[in-house]
This record gives sequence, C-alpha cells and structure tokens, in this order.
Amino acid sequence: MARFTHTVGGQIYRFADLKEVMAKASPARSGDFLAEIAANSDAERVAAQMALANIPLKHFLDEAVIPYEADEVTRLILDTHDADAFAPVAHLTVGGFRDWLLGDDAHEVSLKALAPGLTPEMVAAVSKIMRIQDLVLVANKVRVESRFRNTIGLRGRMSTRLQPNHPTDDPAGIAASILDGLLYGNGDAVIGINPATDSTSGICELLKMLDAIVQRYEIPTQSCVLTHVTTSVEAINRGAPVDLVFQSIAGTEAANASFGISLALLQEGYEAGLSQKRGTVGENLMYFETGQGSALSANAHHGVDQQTCETRAYAVARRFKPLLVNTVVGFIGPEYLYNGKQIIRAGLEDHFCAKLLGVPMGCDICYTNHAEADQDDMDMLLTLLGTAGINFIMGIPGSDDVMLNYQTTSFHDALYVRKVLGLRPAPEFEAWLERMDILRHADGTVQLGEQVPTAFRQALAQL
Amino acid sequence: MKTRHKPMGSHKRQALDNKTVTSTPDNVTEGPWDTLRTLTPARIGLGHAGTSLPTAAQLDFQFAHAQARDAVHLPFDHASLAESLEAKGMDCLLLHSAATDRHLYLQRPDLGRKLDDASATMLDEQASTRAEPYDLAIVIADGLSALAIHRHAIPFVERLLEQIDGENWSLAPITLVQEGRVAVADEIGQRLNARMTVILIGERPGLSSPDSLGLYFTYGPKVGLNDAHRNCISNVRLEGLSYPMAAHRLHYLMREACRRQLSGVNLKDDADMQTLASETGDTLSNFLLP
Repeated sequence: MARFTHTVGGQIYRFADLKEVMAKASPARSGDFLAEIAANSDAERVAAQMALANIPLKHFLDEAVIPYEADEVTRLILDTHDADAFAPVAHLTVGGFRDWLLGDDAHEVSLKALAPGLTPEMVAAVSKIMRIQDLVLVANKVRVESRFRNTIGLRGRMSTRLQPNHPTDDPAGIAASILDGLLYGNGDAVIGINPATDSTSGICELLKMLDAIVQRYEIPTQSCVLTHVTTSVEAINRGAPVDLVFQSIAGTEAANASFGISLALLQEGYEAGLSQKRGTVGENLMYFETGQGSALSANAHHGVDQQTCETRAYAVARRFKPLLVNTVVGFIGPEYLYNGKQIIRAGLEDHFCAKLLGVPMGCDICYTNHAEADQDDMDMLLTLLGTAGINFIMGIPGSDDVMLNYQTTSFHDALYVRKVLGLRPAPEFEAWLERMDILRHADGTVQLGEQVPTAFRQALAQL
Repeated sequence: MKTRHKPMGSHKRQALDNKTVTSTPDNVTEGPWDTLRTLTPARIGLGHAGTSLPTAAQLDFQFAHAQARDAVHLPFDHASLAESLEAKGMDCLLLHSAATDRHLYLQRPDLGRKLDDASATMLDEQASTRAEPYDLAIVIADGLSALAIHRHAIPFVERLLEQIDGENWSLAPITLVQEGRVAVADEIGQRLNARMTVILIGERPGLSSPDSLGLYFTYGPKVGLNDAHRNCISNVRLEGLSYPMAAHRLHYLMREACRRQLSGVNLKDDADMQTLASETGDTLSNFLLP
C-alpha cells in the first residue's frame, strides 16, 4: 500500500494511502466529519495539504481511490484517460500543477486541450490546496460551451434556468411563474420543472405544455422535466416532446446504483434523446445535477472525501457531452455543508473542478432553512461564481421554491449579476429578449421593457 | 443527487396573502402581471426597484426566513407538553436522543436517531413491567421544528385517539424526544416491545411553512429499518393537511398494516385523496396557451 508522510513543525504526519491524504487535506466540512475521515486537527489538515502538494500527478494514474475492479466510474476515468493531452503537465506534482494553473501557460486554449488528460482526482487534489481567489482565477480562464437551441458558456455571458415549480404541478401556476421569469429575462439555459408527480402520464403532460409554450412564443431555449432517466425514455417512447434528458448523478458506481442508474442506462437515455433530433444549433442534450455529500448519504463513498466523490461525478457527466451540469450546492443540508462558508467554498470548488475537466458547469446557489446560511451568503457565492465565469444559475420567483422548500437564486438576482459584471444571456436568447422588448443591454447597463410584450398581453387578457 | 423533500397537498402561502404593501413607492415598478399572483403560491409579480427586489418584498422574504430559522432553533419544551398530555389522562415519558445539543443534532443525523443511555434504560425498565407487547407507541419528537410540535401535537394526538378509539389497541406511554430524528422511533418501538409506532415530528421548515408536522408510521419497528419500511404523511398544519384527514389516513394505514403485517412501500396509501393537476390531463389549457 502506498504510504505518505510529511514532517512539519517538528512532527511527522503519516497517511496510509492517497484517499486518506485527500480526505485530510480537504478544507473542513461537516460531511467529512460525519464520515469520520476528516483531519483531526487544523495542523494535520495543512500537513496533509503539504503531503498532497508533493505527490506527482502521474501517481493518480497508478493509485485509484476506489478500486478499478469494484467501480465502473473508476474504470471510466482510467480507461478514457488521454495520455497525450496529459503530457504538458505529466512531470508536475500537485503543488507544481497549482503553480502552472496560475501561470501564463494555462490559458483558454491550453486548458481546453488539457481537459481529457486530467482525472477528477487530480483536479480535486489541486483544488484542496487552492484559495478562493485561485479557484476563481483559474476557472475564469476556462470556457466550456454547449449548444442545443442556443449557445451557453460563451465568455461574457451567463444563462439562467427558469425553474417554475408548483406544489401540485398546476398548469396555470407553472405558466404564471414561467411568464414572470421570461419577463425578467430568465430561461435561456432551460425552462425546467421539478415535478411533484412521479407518474409518466403527468410528466408527459408537462412536457407537452412546455414545448407548446416554447413553440408558440418562438423562444430560443430548451425545456426539461427533471425526472428519472428511465421516465424520460418512457416519455420519448410515448411520443412526448423531450428536449433534454435529465438525471441526478454521483461519483461512485454504488451511489449511482442508489439513484437507480448505471453508465449503460445513461447511455440509453442519451441515445434516446439524440434520436429525437430536436436541437437546432447543437446536440448537447443531457442535463445532470450533482452535489457534494450524495455518495456519503447513499453510504457509497468508500472512505473517499465528499469533494473528491463529487468531482468523480463530472467524469460521468462529460462522458455524455451534456448541455448543462449543475451542483445543487446547499440543498443537501448542514450535515454535509454546515454553513455559508462551507457552501461558498464547495460551490467554487465544484465549478472549478468541473470546468477544468471540460464540463459545462452551472450552480444551484442554494440553502435550506436548517443550514447556517442566508441571502447574504448566496449573494457572495453568486458574485464569486459570476466572476469565475459560471455557465448558468437558477432563476426562481423571489428565491423561494414553493415545491421543494429551499431557497435558490431569483430572477432578480440574475439581473444583479448582469448589471455589476456585464454578463449577458445566450446570444440567441438575448436577441429574442430584445425583439420582444423585454430586456436590453445598453451602455453597460440592463434595461427592462416598459410594457408587457403584445403576445403576453394577449395571454394575460385571457384571465 | 438529491431526493428532494416534497411537501404534499396544495397550500396557499400566508405571507403573500397578508402582504402589507398598500402603496407603491415612486422608485418601484410593480409587475403589471400582478393578476397572476392568485394562480400560484410562488413569489411572482414582486415588481422591481431598478432591476432589484423592492424593499417590501425583500423584507417579507427576510421575515419568512427568520420565522423558519426560529422554528429550527426553538427548544422543544417537552416537559410542559407532557404536563398538558398528562392532564388529559395520557402517560408520558421524557427522553433525549444521543445528540446532546442542537448544533450536534444538525451535523450528526446518526446521533439523532439513537437514544441517550438514560433514555434507553428508562424504556427498558418500562418494558420490563409488562409481559404483553403494546399495540401502538406514539412518539413525539422536535425534529427540525419544535414549533410544529408545540402547535399541533396535542390537537393531533387527541384527534388520533378519537379516530382509533374503537380498535381496542393497547397504548404505550407517549414518549417525547428532544433532538430526535425519524428513526429514533424504531429504537423506542423495539425497546417498548410495540407492534406499531407512529412518530409526530417537526418537518424541515419551508419559507411559507415553519410549523409543518410530519407523521411516520412503522409496523414491526426495530433498529436499522430504512425509509422503505415507513409510511409518511406530510404537511400537517392549518394551511396544509387537516388533523382529521391526517388521522383518517393514518388510521387506514394502521388497520391495513395490522391486516397485512407490514408497512412502507408495499403498503399503498389508498386513502390518499389528492390528485395532482398534471395527472388530470388538461395542462395544455392555461392562459399562456389559450
């Protein structure tokens, strides 16, 4: 078994294997304490970070944190590793890699080329020795674009998922939230409902409704009902209009099994989506959600820290060329991420790691009422992720999800980021907003239209 | 990754109904689509100051969040609840989970599922006084909202006891658990030698629902059961599922569980009378799709 030691401050710190160094090097968070794998002291944590910094990146190709034989995600990671792409950094240690990422050799073009040569564990490792400003600076160098009916992830742009959830899937209630969101310029990443129902016929009805709205108002965006991949496949078989195929994913085979999925099942869903040929400017059509702590909550973490498990989920995601991936960072609760500080750091780590791996990353910047977090914490994470170049965020009426009982970013929040950071929507959607006289970026600011657009005024007259 | 918590039943949020905005300040543009507010409890049509949230909407939200936070951290006054129950003729036992305080409780769900040593001993002594199993053990735990328990536990227990009055079931003393999670009822049921347990527990507060009560029912409770063995009735509160409806559904589950000797996913809640709008097949008719 590999063995790592580090001497500092007159003390020798010993770590049995790579996953122990990784876990103990992780910045403190409640989930790793819950799993009883966190560092026992602040000093041990930094000693582990020092030990980690000395490990060659090449070592990550020799020591799997979860055995190759036991886990299909490990097999995916190692079998698809691109040695040629890895070559520019192959001689570096984790610490040297951090320095390289911060330097001028790491730029948009070189980082795009490097992505297939990086494994999730390498990326997770380097993130553990990075400060928040490092996570922002390096992520900002990377662009990961994706396309279906519009172009997401271009520099200087940020998209939003319009999330019109309703406690009983009431069609008029959902439509009301959709209109509210559109009139605040939200919805270019996707108009995506978390349904209250599990029934396939209910899902099909929602899919038809979303598709009819997108078509009637000629909105250059895509729709999604966030249901299990097998339900989406069944909906496709029944002839329902499925743009994006959704699935929650995790970073271990066992955690994915607890979600009722495998790589083969995801492949089936991906192929079913492709068969519909509904994209107009591209065919990225998978939508994945992730979040630190999911493997531990399924008791499927194999002693690996939650941030490393999370990063492994991005290897699963990138396999299927997704349109959208987002970490639901504060949803899981305080037993995994205790407070605003832990949530903020986790959101930035997830974004950084996913982007380095070539995943089109967004974030559900969120919290629950039993976490030690509030709107100020969300504003900080939102501002930081906007600065770091996030692909998309959520948009919901007044930050309050009345179906899922948690708080995420609002329609208004997105406009705040557009104003202070000058981030515009996807170009195709931006043109539609201007045509509809809903929202206009001019002279470095954002202007909402004076009046409700004619088409929507007619709709409102129905009431 | 997430198994998101789904509240059941439709509810209108009080916060918006009680909106205190009576006049619009000069710098605030009201959403001209305010009429849509009647269609959803979501916070739509809030208007904007510049492009930001106007003051009134901002403070409404902060108040809702403050209520939810207060509900999470409100201490469970189990002694006074027990006094009230005993005054109504019900025996009570005061227990505590292995989570010694609220901060530990929030970070260590495993400890909230276990009793502390003193509580375990108390239950073992109680059980040793009796040869026969109890039919039903009612457990009351704070969960994530002691407010829910303070408001709803007594009226709901009274309604439940009326509902099951004809069953002739033997009842264990009511156990009141501080810092308890759902699965603590498994240990209590096992130690008390009870055939069935139902735990009344404060649910995670939503912005519009700081006092939502959850009911989890288990047949054959024992330590280590997972959620697949439980039936849940959620969102019991004045704006949600009523006490009589919740008691009716719980009674139905208990009777079926006794008949089939199981609970959980294999015990379907046919008493559920809710229908989701999306299953009625009229989603294509709404104002956006006239």
